Amino acid sequence: MSQLTYREAVRHALAEELTRDPNVVVMGEEVGQFQGAYKVTQGLLEKFGPKRVADTPISEAGFIGMGIGASMLGVRPVMELMFWSFYSVAFDQILNNAANVRYMSGGQINCPIVIRGPANGGTNVGATHSHTPENILAAHPGVKVVVPSTPYDAKGLLKSAIRDNDPVFFLENTVLYGEKGEVPDEEYLIPLGKADVKREGKDLTIVTYGRPVIQSLVAAELLAKEHDISVEVVDLRTIRPLDIDTVLASVRKTHRVLVVEEQKPFCGVGAQLTYMIQAEAFDDLDAPIGRLCTIDAPAIYSPPVEVEQLPNPQRILKAALALLD
Amino acid sequence: MSKKPSATIEQKPNASSTSHGKAPINAALTQAQKIELFSQMVRIRRFEERSHRAYTGKNAAGGANIGGFLHLYNGQEAIAVGCCSLMGKHDHVITAYRDHGHAIAVGMDTKALMAELYGKVTGCSKGKGGSMHFFSPERNYWGGHGIVGGQIPLGVGLAYGVKYKGHKGSAMAFMGDGAVNQGAVHEAYNLAALWNLPCIFVIENNGYSMGTSQARSSAGELAKRAEAYGMAWGVCEGHDVYEVRATMDKFLKIAREECKPAVVEIRTYRYRGHSVADPDNTYRTKTEIEDYRRTKDPIQVFQTALIAEGVLTAESAEKIDEAARAEAEAAADFADASPYPTPEDIQKDVYWESDNPDQRTSQGRLFFN
Ligand SMILES: Cc1ncc(C[n+]2csc(CCOP(=O)(O)OP(=O)(O)O)c2C)c(N)n1
Ligand SMILES: [Mg+2]
Repeated sequence: MSQLTYREAVRHALAEELTRDPNVVVMGEEVGQFQGAYKVTQGLLEKFGPKRVADTPISEAGFIGMGIGASMLGVRPVMELMFWSFYSVAFDQILNNAANVRYMSGGQINCPIVIRGPANGGTNVGATHSHTPENILAAHPGVKVVVPSTPYDAKGLLKSAIRDNDPVFFLENTVLYGEKGEVPDEEYLIPLGKADVKREGKDLTIVTYGRPVIQSLVAAELLAKEHDISVEVVDLRTIRPLDIDTVLASVRKTHRVLVVEEQKPFCGVGAQLTYMIQAEAFDDLDAPIGRLCTIDAPAIYSPPVEVEQLPNPQRILKAALALLD
Repeated sequence: MSKKPSATIEQKPNASSTSHGKAPINAALTQAQKIELFSQMVRIRRFEERSHRAYTGKNAAGGANIGGFLHLYNGQEAIAVGCCSLMGKHDHVITAYRDHGHAIAVGMDTKALMAELYGKVTGCSKGKGGSMHFFSPERNYWGGHGIVGGQIPLGVGLAYGVKYKGHKGSAMAFMGDGAVNQGAVHEAYNLAALWNLPCIFVIENNGYSMGTSQARSSAGELAKRAEAYGMAWGVCEGHDVYEVRATMDKFLKIAREECKPAVVEIRTYRYRGHSVADPDNTYRTKTEIEDYRRTKDPIQVFQTALIAEGVLTAESAEKIDEAARAEAEAAADFADASPYPTPEDIQKDVYWESDNPDQRTSQGRLFFN
């Protein structure tokens, strides 16, 4: 085991897959000479050369579309969006082409592309740079969506994503890039679509993913210490495919659920989850399902106020206590 | 082949080309107007330096005064000042995230700008937009936009609005040398040319988009792409405010009089990193920056010219600089003393209707938590 940052874990996954499969290429703005806007791709250009690691102009529709096209021929592009927020510039390529081409060709074509980059608030970069589009992406059959919360998960899931034969959208987090965690030295893969119980408990299940997993673990610790409440934290890890079975098993154990997501509430991932939980485990519930989201407005810039707009341990704690009343 | 302007900077002495000073639009300037241009450039420089200090320093609570991104305009001052000085009642401006210079050049209050950087409720966008999102519609300044190239179609829309309303005016849509490769820019070019809209696309070519030089990001010549759309185009040097004004005046007149768009590339240089968080040393040399500063600093160049013209003296230039420093300091004090927005403010300014409930006509829930 080694202690790696989330950033290093992603980088190691990229390096290992570049080494393993000559069809893998890494492209995006500033990924090469500049070593990545967030230094995720540091050293990759040096190690693998410009044929495998390429800097693109600021043309998201163009280069993302190019990656999708190349994937149809069996190239396996791992495209970096400097921020997932810029996906909107390439929306047509992502949704009409990557998501639909297999279906429209009657299954003749597949797109083994990965698009990765950070998607989060919390760094005061304002409304245009703080989008969390996992719900919007996952609303399109044909695509897979992964949101890892730890270095271990990030590495194992990214390697699986690169080997996956469908388009996989991999949403990282700039706030987590510096976070450290244990990562095995030997190779491992984590299958897409497998949730992970990050903390076991018996009174309440928090279902979450991405950075709110870390915040929920902090809240769970406070709830245990200060309120003698035992919280189970289920990390979805993958939004689509969705491991609803792990969620339901936890609900059947604790009988109370709080969904926490760094998303606006309307048609968010939590909306789909709460529907499925009540449909399949209604009789197991002792309380209405709770939900904690980002406050429903574009991302505010003001640093101290943005903290209050997003999920945070205190907001999670309050929402949990309200459910247990 | 495209040239790498930063690598081909000529070593010229600090003198503004008098030929541009004699262009009618500049010859018509009064001494007071020339001093005003100069002091605007100095005020931008000092504002940026003060905001840089606030970004890297700590506030009373031990946190940063400014969060997120801070893209400084140092080195490019003559462009915003030169262009905005030509604005009439129906001329409009829109730009990207490197927007502080344009905001000062259109006359926004530096106190409100600094307060915006600090995320305070007294900021020009009530602390909601931050550095990348300054706006002042009453000064025909439409932002301040964070998505590279995203503002350019809006600029065409402003030009459309001017024409639709029957005004004699224009829109200046500013972008960087990296932004020219966005699809939206090309769609906007075509629309403006096809529909004869009075839009001037201004490329502030500082040689780099983040760490990528022009040569590594763009095929062909930047402004010349206008030819593909049958648009006029021009290139000028951005260190000489007279040259910027003379060039832009020509195209603005055509836009206002004949409703014709154009692309103007203005060659410039940025002294600081892409944003304050990004270090410089990986993609350009210190010498490159120092060479530009020594030979083409827009403030130095204009100061030398104005002293030669007898408009300024070393002493009066120093006074202007002192006043600009004091203004920036006062702006920081104001920002520091101002309150933050409250969590209740988060859901204000989202819908016109929720801000004006007495005039609401739609029904149903607008917010979901
Ligand atoms: C659509 C989009 N892609 C990428 C970015 C990230 N980004 C912000 S500024 C920038 C470089 C732009 O360079 P240029 O257009 O030359 O303007 P300059 O910063 O030099 O003023 C990049 C890549 C963004 N904000 N929006
Ligand atoms: Mg540039």
